[in-house]
Amino acid sequence: MNREEIILAIKDIITTIAPDEDVGSLKNDVRLREQIELDSMDFLDIVMELRKRYGVQVPEEDYKELATLDGCVAYLSPKLQGKVLKVGV
Amino acid sequence: MSEQRKYYKGSSDGKAPSSADPLEGVAERYDAIVIGSGLGGMTAANVLGKAGRRVLLVEQHYNFGGLATWFKRRGGHVFDISLHGFPIGMKKTCRKYWNSAIADSIVQLDGVRFDNPQFCFDTTFTAQDFAHKLETVFGLERARIDAFFAELRATDFYGDSGETTAAFFERHFPGRNDVHRLLMEPISYANGSTLDDPALSYRIVFGNFMSQGVYTFAGGTDQLVKAMKAELERQGVELRNKVQVEKIRVEGGRVTGIEAHGRFIACDAVVSNASLKGTVLGLVGAEHFTPEFAAGVQSVRLNTSSCQVYLGLAKGESIPFVTDLLFTSTRPTFTSEALCDFDGESRTFSFYYPKTRAGLDRYTIVSSTNARWEDWSKLSDAQYDAAKRRLIETTLLELERYVPGVTHKIEHTEAATPRTFQFYTQAPEGTSFGTKFEGLKYSMNIHDEIRGLFHAGSVGIIMSGWLGAANYGVIVANKCDAWLHALLEVHA
Ligand SMILES: Cc1cc2nc3c(=O)[nH]c(=O)nc-3n(C[C@H](O)[C@H](O)[C@H](O)COP(=O)(O)OP(=O)(O)OC[C@H]3O[C@@H](n4cnc5c(N)ncnc54)[C@H](O)[C@@H]3O)c2cc1C
Repeated sequence: MNREEIILAIKDIITTIAPDEDVGSLKNDVRLREQIELDSMDFLDIVMELRKRYGVQVPEEDYKELATLDGCVAYLSPKLQGKVLKVGV
Repeated sequence: MSEQRKYYKGSSDGKAPSSADPLEGVAERYDAIVIGSGLGGMTAANVLGKAGRRVLLVEQHYNFGGLATWFKRRGGHVFDISLHGFPIGMKKTCRKYWNSAIADSIVQLDGVRFDNPQFCFDTTFTAQDFAHKLETVFGLERARIDAFFAELRATDFYGDSGETTAAFFERHFPGRNDVHRLLMEPISYANGSTLDDPALSYRIVFGNFMSQGVYTFAGGTDQLVKAMKAELERQGVELRNKVQVEKIRVEGGRVTGIEAHGRFIACDAVVSNASLKGTVLGLVGAEHFTPEFAAGVQSVRLNTSSCQVYLGLAKGESIPFVTDLLFTSTRPTFTSEALCDFDGESRTFSFYYPKTRAGLDRYTIVSSTNARWEDWSKLSDAQYDAAKRRLIETTLLELERYVPGVTHKIEHTEAATPRTFQFYTQAPEGTSFGTKFEGLKYSMNIHDEIRGLFHAGSVGIIMSGWLGAANYGVIVANKCDAWLHALLEVHA
């Protein structure tokens, strides 16, 4: 997956967790929690979905890497290499 | 709920013990086996099922739900045990980990009232209203109140000073026993914690609970559990009741399966929703853990238990709306210990009106107090019966103050004590709310001791109550799912 696809992948996961939030206007370099209502349980859900959809493991000590969309891209790029984007699952 | 009888005898749902094998049709092997169907266990099972794992959920009782339960009595009475109220967060938790129909049945209570010699008022049970009451009823300066709430908001799990709740209150509202009562009493009822417990756990629970009102499940606990069972089945989780798990088998520091009803069922992971102590010292056995861990678990203190009095109005009888939840006490001042008083001068009343179970048109009232196992366990049968009778009588007298003439409308009275809770849930000493704070780290780290073993259930004060137990089930399911995923990667 490339940068755009990873951002799409994360946004799609957020849509299933927080259906009332508008993910379209999310800024890439601002902490997600500052832009939409996401609590620590929601971050856990993102981690579980990444495992389920893409087989990617994010250990607890790395959760902080997912704070911004840019952070997600940087951290997940190597892990998502060669994987296919799945949206609306 | 009379604990001398077997489950089926006291129940009016006609369920006799089945002679059929409760494990009939159960497979030889699962990805994960969940032991216990409390809200922690059921939620963990559902999340694992949704993640595509093959899951077996086994429960020793004939009902699923654990302490989230109800019972029926002749005359059409239905009593809820733990439906007094929970925080709004349960709505989101149910939407995400159960389904939207369950979430949509969660509604706010219409009324919450305090009545004791120090203060008496109705509250919306929101942070806003508490701040307002602290100013107008208790006469505190706004700056002082703001400082208290600001510190609550800044609660940092990892930067904790080890302060007790009593010290925390004293720092903010010195010498104000009435204020301490307002801030502590509902939390003590909700999770059994006291002024001696850490301010940290208090702050976390207060932030969740006393912030946006009190909520309940419209339809009653039976409808909730029914909906949850249906959802578990949709996720392909194999459900079995009346299955007492006797052993969690461990080989080479890793879980291999469970033993129940003379059968061994293999699995890669076990999520135990049985009590922490029961899991480590009973189901697994201390010998499988490092000595420090086993000794640590041994020394974890339990939370207190409860007494309840169930009062059912005869069909056709009614009472006017009083409030939904009433925190009442006749004690002049507040101490945590007094909430466990054997002679119960403090209690909460939950009033259930026809709105609870639409269509049934019935009224029930449940009185709850915190209680100590030691006070009840040593009584002889005769003393025990007398103590239960006295509990019912004093409760009725107290209730008459709020609903004059109600006694004559009541057709069914019954009391439950720590002995009752111990009997039904197998929780040590009938603990209603798991362990004290120190239990949390053992529960969370159990997988570091035995691979494939996880614990989800009321523990450490913050992981108790409906919301705490359910969310903890999710947290643990995530860890368990990661373990199962890692195993697959190794195989591949
Ligand atoms: C009187 C009372 C009132 C309460 N009121 C409220 C309230 O108003 N709001 C609120 O949020 N919370 C309330 N609570 C607390 C809340 O009900 C509990 O914290 C929560 O339901 C506990 O869930 P749990 O996952 O820890 O499991 P539990 O409910 O403790 O369930 C554990 C399950 O495991 C089963 N089990 C144990 N050992 C085995 C074994 N070896 N084999 C098979 N099965 C086994 C047990 O039978 C049980 O079903 C109340 C509790 C009590 C006692």
